[in-house]
Amino acid sequence: MPHDDHDHPHTLLPPDPALRVKALETILTRKGLIDPAALDEIIDTYQNKIGPQNGARVVAKAWTDPDFKAALLKDATSVVADLGYYGRQGEHMVVVANTPEQHNMVVCTLCSCYPWPLLGIPPGWYKSDAYRARAVREPRKVLAEFGVTLPETSSVCVWDSTAEVRYLVLPMRPEDTDGLTEDELAALVTRDSMIGTGLPKVPS
Amino acid sequence: MTRVHDMGGRFGDGPVHPEPDDAPVFAEDWHARALAVTLAAGSLGQWNIDISRHARERLSPKDYTRFSYYEKWISALTDLLVESGVLTEEDLRGEADKEEHPLAGRKMKAEAVAGVLASGGPADRPSSVPAEYAVGQEVVTTRPTANRLVDGGHTRLPHYAAGAKGRILMVHGTHVLPDSSAHRLGDAPEPLYAVVFPASELWTNPEHPNDEVVLDLWQSYLGPV
Repeated sequence: MPHDDHDHPHTLLPPDPALRVKALETILTRKGLIDPAALDEIIDTYQNKIGPQNGARVVAKAWTDPDFKAALLKDATSVVADLGYYGRQGEHMVVVANTPEQHNMVVCTLCSCYPWPLLGIPPGWYKSDAYRARAVREPRKVLAEFGVTLPETSSVCVWDSTAEVRYLVLPMRPEDTDGLTEDELAALVTRDSMIGTGLPKVPS
Repeated sequence: MTRVHDMGGRFGDGPVHPEPDDAPVFAEDWHARALAVTLAAGSLGQWNIDISRHARERLSPKDYTRFSYYEKWISALTDLLVESGVLTEEDLRGEADKEEHPLAGRKMKAEAVAGVLASGGPADRPSSVPAEYAVGQEVVTTRPTANRLVDGGHTRLPHYAAGAKGRILMVHGTHVLPDSSAHRLGDAPEPLYAVVFPASELWTNPEHPNDEVVLDLWQSYLGPV
């Protein structure tokens, strides 16, 4: 049975959220249930090691290697795992490619599901009520708030991440990038372009 | 009927506020701490991801609405620690003894973090439930949206997609059923599909006639057309 009593135990901790976290960390540490050094390690991982630079490498490779792109669209989980991108919140990956006819955009209306191994921790707006509520119903108005206007000839497909499958958008390669290396291309790939709320940068 | 977290399609939330790519990953230090405490406590193995999601959804609608994102995490985690018997209310009041906890041997150590985060926790499982639908087939979602095993329980069919006609786009294999798993009723794996719906099937005034929404839905959320 779901517990719907209104004496939730969390009310026993200080109401200020920073103090609430601190109190819980202290209690759990004192009981030998968590190790503050492990917390530092988790934070360092998501602050410095795992982030959108991972996804950008996958996108740049797909832009330069047609065989890789075909394999990525067929079985993203194993293809990105071969590059070392696997783990929590990325156990079942699907990559969806933008085309002139279809633009893809990812949301999690029920919580905040997001492909951590490729993009890291989601930005605040991705977890906001406004994005969760509106992305499925009015994606074009939401895109306009990100400065993106799609042609009328393009449809929008919004992927609501309701299961443990995580979606990454493969944006279209910008024009006039023929001579660029994979690293130079990766620098054009923004986080938002892989969520579908943005487009890649154009070379300056 | 679902809960307050099920907000897809809702009106009234105002604009989305984009952030630059170089914005900090954690806007406040305590956000980082809340995430890390939650992951470290999860590794004690006393609940699964569906149980922890449901703990956030079960915050009262008033709390869910007024709490910031990581406030929901830390409050739901506190509730879960007590409900699952890891901590007592006396512990939270700071009144308990300081003896080592029986689960202390499961504590996630700093040197184990990289391995735990890298190994993840796949949700696919072998299942004896045969796939009833194939790619291209038309299906209709159940209505009303609800957990059929536990009244008021966890489910992953958003209300905006209840009773809607769509088409099977992908077969993802067989995955743990959250409606069962969130209530410690077992994994109950069954076929999971990506189902595509025309926006016009979901919304009174879709923005464009060709727009679509795709949801990942379990077989028991679907019926034939």
